[in-house]
Amino acid sequence: MVAGGHPASAPDVALSVRDLTVSLPVGMERLNAIEGVSFNLNRGQILCVIGESGSGKSMTASTIMGLLPRGMETSAGSITLEGREIVGMEAEELRSLRGRVVSMIFQDPLSALNPLMTVGAQIEEAMAAHGEGTAQSRRTRTVELLTEVGLPDPAMMYHQYPFRLSGGQRQRVMIAMALSLEPTILIADEPTTALDVTTQAQILTLIRDIQRRKGMSVMFITHDFGVVAEIADSVVVMEKGHVVERGEAAKVLKAPDHPYTKRLIAAVPHLRAEDRPREATASAAAEPLLKVRNLVKTYRSGSRLFRTERVVPAVQDVSFEVRPGHTLGVVGESGSGKSSLGRLLNRLMDVDSGKILFDGRDIAPLPESEFRSMRPKIQMIFQDPFASLNPRMTVGQILTVGPKAHGMSGSKAREEAMELLNLVGLDVRAFDRYPHEFSGGQRQRVGVARALMFKPQLLIADEAVSALDVSIQAQILELLDRIQRETGVAMIFITHDLRVASQICDEIAVMHKGRIVEFGRPSQIFFNPEADYTRQLVAAIPGERFDDKTTVPTQADTGT
Amino acid sequence: MAAFLFSRFLQSAVLLVIVSIIGFTVLNLMPGGPLSQFALDPGMTPADIARITEQLGLNRPLHIQYLEWAWGMLQGDWGTSFRDGSPVTAVIARHVPATLLLMGSSTVIAVAIGTWIGIRGATHRYSGFDYVATVGAMVALSIPTFWFGLIGIYVFSLKLGWLPAGNMYTIGDQSVLNYLHHLIMPSVVLALVHIAIWSRFMRGATLDAISQDFVKTARAKGVTERRVVMKHVVGNAMLPMITLAGVQIPSLLTGALVTETVFTWPGMGRLFLDSLGYSDYPVVMGLLMFSALLTIVANLIADITVALVDPRIRLA
Repeated sequence: MVAGGHPASAPDVALSVRDLTVSLPVGMERLNAIEGVSFNLNRGQILCVIGESGSGKSMTASTIMGLLPRGMETSAGSITLEGREIVGMEAEELRSLRGRVVSMIFQDPLSALNPLMTVGAQIEEAMAAHGEGTAQSRRTRTVELLTEVGLPDPAMMYHQYPFRLSGGQRQRVMIAMALSLEPTILIADEPTTALDVTTQAQILTLIRDIQRRKGMSVMFITHDFGVVAEIADSVVVMEKGHVVERGEAAKVLKAPDHPYTKRLIAAVPHLRAEDRPREATASAAAEPLLKVRNLVKTYRSGSRLFRTERVVPAVQDVSFEVRPGHTLGVVGESGSGKSSLGRLLNRLMDVDSGKILFDGRDIAPLPESEFRSMRPKIQMIFQDPFASLNPRMTVGQILTVGPKAHGMSGSKAREEAMELLNLVGLDVRAFDRYPHEFSGGQRQRVGVARALMFKPQLLIADEAVSALDVSIQAQILELLDRIQRETGVAMIFITHDLRVASQICDEIAVMHKGRIVEFGRPSQIFFNPEADYTRQLVAAIPGERFDDKTTVPTQADTGT
Repeated sequence: MAAFLFSRFLQSAVLLVIVSIIGFTVLNLMPGGPLSQFALDPGMTPADIARITEQLGLNRPLHIQYLEWAWGMLQGDWGTSFRDGSPVTAVIARHVPATLLLMGSSTVIAVAIGTWIGIRGATHRYSGFDYVATVGAMVALSIPTFWFGLIGIYVFSLKLGWLPAGNMYTIGDQSVLNYLHHLIMPSVVLALVHIAIWSRFMRGATLDAISQDFVKTARAKGVTERRVVMKHVVGNAMLPMITLAGVQIPSLLTGALVTETVFTWPGMGRLFLDSLGYSDYPVVMGLLMFSALLTIVANLIADITVALVDPRIRLA
């Protein structure tokens, strides 16, 4: 067996995919989910399959696992797993390979574990399914596995239900489960995409360590070139069901051949060393539009009477200012209070204490009846472009319903909506169409236009580009930037992605456990962070070390 | 958990009070009043009626009557029947076993068959079986229960002579087999609608569960398809069904009203209709409170069961 992590001199192939074609049910947007896909996964290597949504990368994995959704089938090609052809294999024989020879971990650790079974039972089930060991030996092995993936207190973890675990811990459980039968191949389908950046770094390290220790072959599916730079030995780039490029990771990252790969790499957001040029001095010196002072919000649940009360301090003593035409980035991991902050500023939630001075007036204590007339001035752009637009309303209705409710005439609203559709780069014919006719990026443009219909003074964008592919992400960021320059709107940009924040923000507030732990210009935050937490965050960004586009200032973080 | 139970008990108590007030008011709004039965008797003079009214305290203001009745209820005194002067509790107790027997067997039939149809419909979606089940459910839901009852009697009692047309047992033969023989038709007829409802909900719940990521996880670790469905899919699909059972099972009482009449089954449904016809207000109120209690208790049990089964609630 191959011991080391570096590619063996004469790599032998653990998994070979040749001219694989999987047909889609009739009536879908294209004929085949994947077409003529070929690649090799060498023993003891990590192969990254990268592509945007709809590229067929997950479908390739499902095909290898023999878990294609109903209505789809392998119409041509071959998959050789450890020398055995699995296309056309009997269902029962395929089942006996799953989990034993090849196992898989998934993107969303929150939904990938059965909520009604303990962690231990779910890991044991994998072994029991293949008749491995006795109940006693399976149990011992499960605790070993929980130890191996670095979970605290494995003996207790064994009895825990998934809901008690954090996202990162659940993903460790998934990995333990996948390793339980010592498979030769591990397929990881975006295993870190749903995780916080620091957790992502830990899980990537764990996967790489285990892969090296066991000489396993890993097929790692991702959309993030940063992740590729972190762990890949070789890369396969997919677009619309086809493999467009494959090769050694270093080669593909540094000197991509295919235009699609080049576009994809160019679209990856990077930490920017230089700050965004300040707008005209007039606006820089202008009176802040929004002044937040000592804002506090605490969530309470349970009952004080029965001593089951749980108190979560969501936002603690937060103060900052935003000037017209400027963008404040609020970054932090899940649970840091950044989204709560957004909801407080928009008064979707009541403030416990503190002031929100908007244009000189404290809006924190206003009752809804008084605040309502001010709502148009503060608008939100939401994360999920699929869930945030009413599927039963046309784009025109979505854009005009709000302004009409605030007294704009129908014809005027229509006229402005048309103009805005133009501004956000959509055809005016979009007016009469329904959201489902648009792609994610186009819908997010509708979301931006909807917010702009009110001519707001402040835009709150809560993870507005997080659900989008990188190339679309770049377009939306560009759009927001252009709109800000044209309209002078102030923006609060809430995101977990530091690279994105560095692209668009004038100033950044780093939140941790409800508090702002650091505040400053992006160049300072990312290249000379003061707070320990900020330093951890920046260090966890995948791929930046390998990145020659990031110009790290010389006095980097070696100090202190 | 303690807090949850406490608040649920409080809610239930308030609900019972509201139900009793509405029931009491509506009942007394009925034309004729409680003594219309006696008024029809030619031997009764207005003076007799006035005397009875006085005796039963029916000439006092309604809210006083209600409070007195409620006070009695709290102490376990459900009043006495106008018809034969026996305690309401005893009257109801005489009829409860027959209804519970009918409801119990119907529930078993409905849950067993409905669950099976639902799971199979979901795992074989858009198959011939699924279409037949869907259409069958629509038919069962749109045809009234009494019609099924009458058709059943016509076919199985009159034409084929396989099953008795009514009653709970043959006089002189009270063996278990005899009871079962009488039980078959009414419980199947009563169950039909509930099979339809149950199978539709079960199908939906199974489809929800089947598309969850953890099902994919189970398949990916090589668990057999049978176990994937039975353990992972059905286990999770049953959670919403427990809540549904809490609502559906008490609603069998309504169906029992019709079924018992068609099959001359000596249960609470028949008692309710008879007592209404006789303007026997205390018994009607007693039955109303009994069914309200049954509904509330069933819901409570369902909620507690969900809380016990789902670790996310049990341990939270």
